[in-house]
Amino acid sequence: MDNIAGKKSGLSIVTNLSVLALVVLWLIPTIGLLVSSFRDREQISETGWWLALFPVEQAVRITPEMGDVTQEGDLYVVSGNVFGADGSGSVAAFGITSRAPGAAEAGQTYGRLKLEVLDEDGEPDTENYETAWPVDGTPEIPETDEDGRAVQGYTIDRALTMQPNGDYVWRQASEPRRAPALYVVSTQPPDFGLQNYETILTSNNMDQAFINTLTVTIPATVIPILIAAFAAYALAWMEFPGRGWLVAIVVGLLVVPLQLALVPMLTLHNKIGIGQSFVGIWLAHTGFGLPLAVYILRNYMVGLPRDIIESAKVDGATDFQVFTRIVLPLSFPALASFAIFQFLWTWNDLLVAKVFLPSNSESWVMTVKIADDLLGSRGGDWGILAAAAFVSIAVPLLVFFAMQKYLVRGLLAGSVK
Amino acid sequence: MSPIVQGILTIIIGVGGCIGYFYASNILLDRVIFPPKTDDQGRNIRRATMVRPWLFLLPAILALGLYLVYPVVGSFLRSLYNRSGEEFVGLGNYVQMFSEHGFRVALFNNFLWVVFVPAGATFFGLLVAQLTDRLKWGNIAKSLIFMPMAISFVGASLIWKFVYAADPDIGIINAIRDYFGAAPVDPMQIPFWNNFFIMFIMVWMQTGFAMVILSAALRGIPEETIEAAIIDGANPFQIFFRIKVPQIAGTIVVVWTTITFLTLKVFDIVYTMTGGNFDTEILPSYMMDYMFRDDGRATAVAFVIMVIVTPVMIWNIRQARREL
Repeated sequence: MDNIAGKKSGLSIVTNLSVLALVVLWLIPTIGLLVSSFRDREQISETGWWLALFPVEQAVRITPEMGDVTQEGDLYVVSGNVFGADGSGSVAAFGITSRAPGAAEAGQTYGRLKLEVLDEDGEPDTENYETAWPVDGTPEIPETDEDGRAVQGYTIDRALTMQPNGDYVWRQASEPRRAPALYVVSTQPPDFGLQNYETILTSNNMDQAFINTLTVTIPATVIPILIAAFAAYALAWMEFPGRGWLVAIVVGLLVVPLQLALVPMLTLHNKIGIGQSFVGIWLAHTGFGLPLAVYILRNYMVGLPRDIIESAKVDGATDFQVFTRIVLPLSFPALASFAIFQFLWTWNDLLVAKVFLPSNSESWVMTVKIADDLLGSRGGDWGILAAAAFVSIAVPLLVFFAMQKYLVRGLLAGSVK
Repeated sequence: MSPIVQGILTIIIGVGGCIGYFYASNILLDRVIFPPKTDDQGRNIRRATMVRPWLFLLPAILALGLYLVYPVVGSFLRSLYNRSGEEFVGLGNYVQMFSEHGFRVALFNNFLWVVFVPAGATFFGLLVAQLTDRLKWGNIAKSLIFMPMAISFVGASLIWKFVYAADPDIGIINAIRDYFGAAPVDPMQIPFWNNFFIMFIMVWMQTGFAMVILSAALRGIPEETIEAAIIDGANPFQIFFRIKVPQIAGTIVVVWTTITFLTLKVFDIVYTMTGGNFDTEILPSYMMDYMFRDDGRATAVAFVIMVIVTPVMIWNIRQARREL
């Protein structure tokens, strides 16, 4: 329709921009997940994935090598460089507890003081107080503590002086037995890698879940196609009483919510001894997938040229031969499109798997694994979650982009008449 | 036995069994029961032709009957019994359910879902279909917007958990709020509106479906009607709303109802996003709360869903009967 008169170029720019905006809006969430799946878990919690390409200010705990301990007045002193021998890196902030890893800026001293106060009944008492002060200055202490008791003086319990280049001086009131734990906020380069995928695939049973998903999916895709193809042929090309009603019933069954089947069918499975098992889920998926399969395939087969089928019959071919030799090969596009649908549906299913598969972790498919296990146990571990999600959506995405043409064709055959 | 071996074996047994059934039953029919070679050849062929459709249909009818027809009755009967299925309680489960706050919330939310999800997906689908129509990179744009269809509801929920996260260093919404100096919020805990945040995930997934079908319908509009409108001086918006939309109204209805069914059945998104907390429950997720614990209640909820679907089911069947 490019040649239509009255097309305005201004409108075309607006169109381009709005489509671009929509595509970006549609893609951003998935890109966020993809980027996060490659990031280091500490970096994920420090900056958003949209800043993933930039260096991250990140707090790390460093336990330097215990060097010589010297004494300076009442205090024991350890000094060195947090970056070790190579000394590369820069400190933005530092601290002495994991609670406040970036409590002070580099170039200051940060310490825990013991404030000397007098109790209500005049007894001397001490209280912890943390503050930062200039390297060659003294700490400022409040006149009264939180409870309003007057402060008489202070002693240093432990203090850390940190320079931007990583040089530190650690002072401590008691003799240090172990190296002190120092907290440093420094700028780290972006850290991309496959570590999340490695974790998820090696130590989390996700590999088992992947195989389980395949084990559920393949038979649950192939068996309904076979059954549906025969049924569709019968409904499309064979004359028998009640055919119209059967087609109508299939159309009606398209909308039956599968929730209805859960309780009665699970009860039945238990009664006949299948219980919660792979066989059970194959049967269930076959049943649930059939209406759409029969519907799509019948719609397609009805449209095949009548001459071919009739001339074959005149030549003495039975229905079985007509079906296997002529109709089935001709129906390939419809078969492919349903196969993609059923594959995506069974691969992505959570409900049927939750109900018809055993609830032990050896039988989890990936969706159950993510929804019931990882989101609980790894709820805050976004890198692992992202990697797990990507492992689970990689195969459907691949199938989707490779076979998109057939999927679209099937959608059109099934929905628009 | 390792799952891989088990899987391969079952494919062979299952698929082989299917093929075997169809092949063997047809041979049996043609060679043994009604062989066309004896005296009454004509009658035997006629008989075979009468039986054969049912051979073709038998597995499908069995599976459909067992997994979709029987459960309609089976679920209703089961819903008349108590938790363990031993005591007949009549409509007790339903009465109790309707008196409960949780169920009424689920019912109301489900109503919101059924109204807004198909509306949203159809709206965006139609928008994209129309906008990409003349674009050079339209097909690429369509593929990308279609892509969420391939993702599982669980995967999609996880993707959107990242978007909605309350931490401004993870959730992009809160990052934007943070940039403008607003305090972080957890979208999943904002009463009432949290439903819409969850619904948008479904809209995000279904827009591609609506787009593909509506786009095909738009292509099918005869050009003369549009050209005539242009000659009469209609602007693009008038062409779209007065000429195109009325002509594809039938397809819009089909898309709308298809997404409505899907919406009525979906439970994964709510389950993954909030677990039904913060008043976001919908009927299917509400049902799963009772699954494995109280079969009477679970089937009663399922049957309520069935009742909601029934009018559309009847409409569907009538459409199909008319076409035949």
